[in-house]
Amino acid sequence: MNEEKENNNILEEVTSGDYKYGFVTDIETELAPMGLNEDIVRLISKKKNEPNWLLEFRLKAFRHWLTIEEPDWALLKHPPINYQDIIYYAAPKQKKELESMDEVDPELVDTFNKLGISLDEQKMLAGVAVDAVIDSVSVKTTFQDTLAKHDIIFCSFSEAVQNHPDLVRKYLGTVVPYTDNYFAALNTAVFSDGSFCYIPKGVRCPIELSTYFRINAANTGQFERTLLIADEGGYVSYLEGCTAPQRDENQLHAAIVEIITHDNAEVKYSTVQNWYPGDKEGKGGIYNFVTKRGLCKGNNSKISWTQVETGSAITWKYPSCILKGDNSIGEFYSVAVTNNYQQADTGTKMIHLGKNTKSTIISKGISAGYSNNSYRGLVRVSKKAENARNFSQCDSLLLGDKCGAHTFPYIKTNNNTAIVEHEATTSKISEDQLFYCQQRGIDNEKAISLIVNGYAKEVLNQLPMEFAVEAQKLLAITLEGSVG
Amino acid sequence: MLLNIKDLHVSINGKEILKGLNLGVNNGEVHAIMGPNGTGKSTLAAAITGREGYDITSGEIIYKGKGITELSPDVRANEGIFLSFQYPVEIPGVSITNFMRTALNSKREFEGQPPIPAGEFLKKMEEKKKLVDIQSKLTNRSVNEGFSGGEKKKNEIFQMAMLEPKLAILDETDSGLDIDALKVVANGVNALRSENNAFVVITHYQRLLDYIVPDFVHVMYDGRIVKSGGKGLALELEEKGYDWIKEQVENR
Repeated sequence: MNEEKENNNILEEVTSGDYKYGFVTDIETELAPMGLNEDIVRLISKKKNEPNWLLEFRLKAFRHWLTIEEPDWALLKHPPINYQDIIYYAAPKQKKELESMDEVDPELVDTFNKLGISLDEQKMLAGVAVDAVIDSVSVKTTFQDTLAKHDIIFCSFSEAVQNHPDLVRKYLGTVVPYTDNYFAALNTAVFSDGSFCYIPKGVRCPIELSTYFRINAANTGQFERTLLIADEGGYVSYLEGCTAPQRDENQLHAAIVEIITHDNAEVKYSTVQNWYPGDKEGKGGIYNFVTKRGLCKGNNSKISWTQVETGSAITWKYPSCILKGDNSIGEFYSVAVTNNYQQADTGTKMIHLGKNTKSTIISKGISAGYSNNSYRGLVRVSKKAENARNFSQCDSLLLGDKCGAHTFPYIKTNNNTAIVEHEATTSKISEDQLFYCQQRGIDNEKAISLIVNGYAKEVLNQLPMEFAVEAQKLLAITLEGSVG
Repeated sequence: MLLNIKDLHVSINGKEILKGLNLGVNNGEVHAIMGPNGTGKSTLAAAITGREGYDITSGEIIYKGKGITELSPDVRANEGIFLSFQYPVEIPGVSITNFMRTALNSKREFEGQPPIPAGEFLKKMEEKKKLVDIQSKLTNRSVNEGFSGGEKKKNEIFQMAMLEPKLAILDETDSGLDIDALKVVANGVNALRSENNAFVVITHYQRLLDYIVPDFVHVMYDGRIVKSGGKGLALELEEKGYDWIKEQVENR
């Protein structure tokens, strides 16, 4: 039908928005030889001047990785990844230790400025401390002094290994063991940098903490590791952002994030994921295989995941909560947008172990172009988890008729006092809604952005203010040129 | 003449609905379009506002001296054409405030003006809300979501007041309204009437015309305007029904 054709044309326009972070920075980079073997693992560990226990930990993970296979249960299609075609360590060359901002390579400062991330504390968004990670290393962590006043540790993972080895050793791999899955084993063997954060007893972190990840070098993989601990009564809100240059080859990103909350502690973890998604024909883009998991170890503790996923050619990601402490709370708020040939298989796991534990899952999928977007979630209530509660809502919005939306909810309860609710809807932006907006003078593109943002509002509301505005813009850009 | 429709033919999926309609509207006038169901009243509204799927096979729609049939609906809206919908659609998660600010700023952008300052916008909202007796509770809610029939129609008139159109088309604005809501809506419309704008009121019943008094009444039948007159015509229709019009047309 004519109308449908017209709709699809406009859809095509809206979905053809260009990736704005596709530039490459010309910096001198130190690279490890291509491929992966024990020597590479040893090389990375040596570069980082790591203690022996950490090298052993990496080697164990590597040997385990050799014995297992890539998972194939997700609704994702991609050519086989050749793990020997990847460079596992890339670092911008630096002459010496950095003492102040003036010593950061101006090219790098410029790169982050272009991304809208200022490393200059005076020019930064008030109240956000940033750890900037480029390729395999952290370049700069801002607001160190402010944080030190509260005895908060926030630094690159490498620094944490040097300066706080006991804390790292105590918690590393306790939430995501290297045996957890294929990509977790790989990450544990070759992870290069990332962020570390420790909130001491009774401290509410006064500013937002943020890590900004940037892949720059070609043919490299990025394997960062984030470890976040909130001790008794501690609180922190943590933000994570990411971008990568535009390239025809796919690049691998396999990260691990571990969160531990003790009694009465709370961690809010927000992600705006905008890795390069590939071009309109599906060429290039980041393969994003990430394991994120939080352990509500103490009673009355809380972990909240909020994610806005707009980038990557492939997203395989299930930020989860293990609700071990009694009365602990897990939350997952997600907006995942796929366009062109992007594929996302994302969701969460809520594992109820303690009594009176509660979890909430709000997932909003938006598919456009030829993309596929799946929600995959597990709610498990163990035998001892008396009075567990879960509420899940999984909505899918389809833009156009060539894309797919799928929902795979798994519920396993072993305790009959549990109350588990699941709601799901699938909808399309209706021609009526678009015409209504247009009749008020709002053009198609703005109308789609308005409707999509309205649809995702529940999730966007969970983001810290500055991020929410960014996320709204990002949704509009991702779907730019997409519906009619 | 603000709006001049000449020999308009409109088809939906190849089926002709409007079969040579003529209508002229001047500034300062209120025209009522009446007629039995299925005679093309709403199709006329859709054709003027540029809704997709309504194919203009021949004829012209001249607005402010220019043909508009090639313009997109948002451009027509920004040129000052407003439609109060018979069935206003819900837009979940988008507050009326946000919706109105987006609409108003689109119009200002179209006119080459900067976005409206927040203070000025809120003042304008307050002023116009009073006009149709809308509570702030409502404007903070998502557009039309969970609104009663009356609230939806009041919201349409509120939006009209905010956007200050040159030509407002009210499509069955009275349907589903109780008498109190009808009065509120009519008062809102009357307050907006001026020498610089015009209204086309589409209605099935004469009831609304007791409150919004038209300058002209047109009767539509089978895709054309078959009879025009003053407000007395509406009363005659109320009394006699539409059958005598049908007979007149068919015996022609």
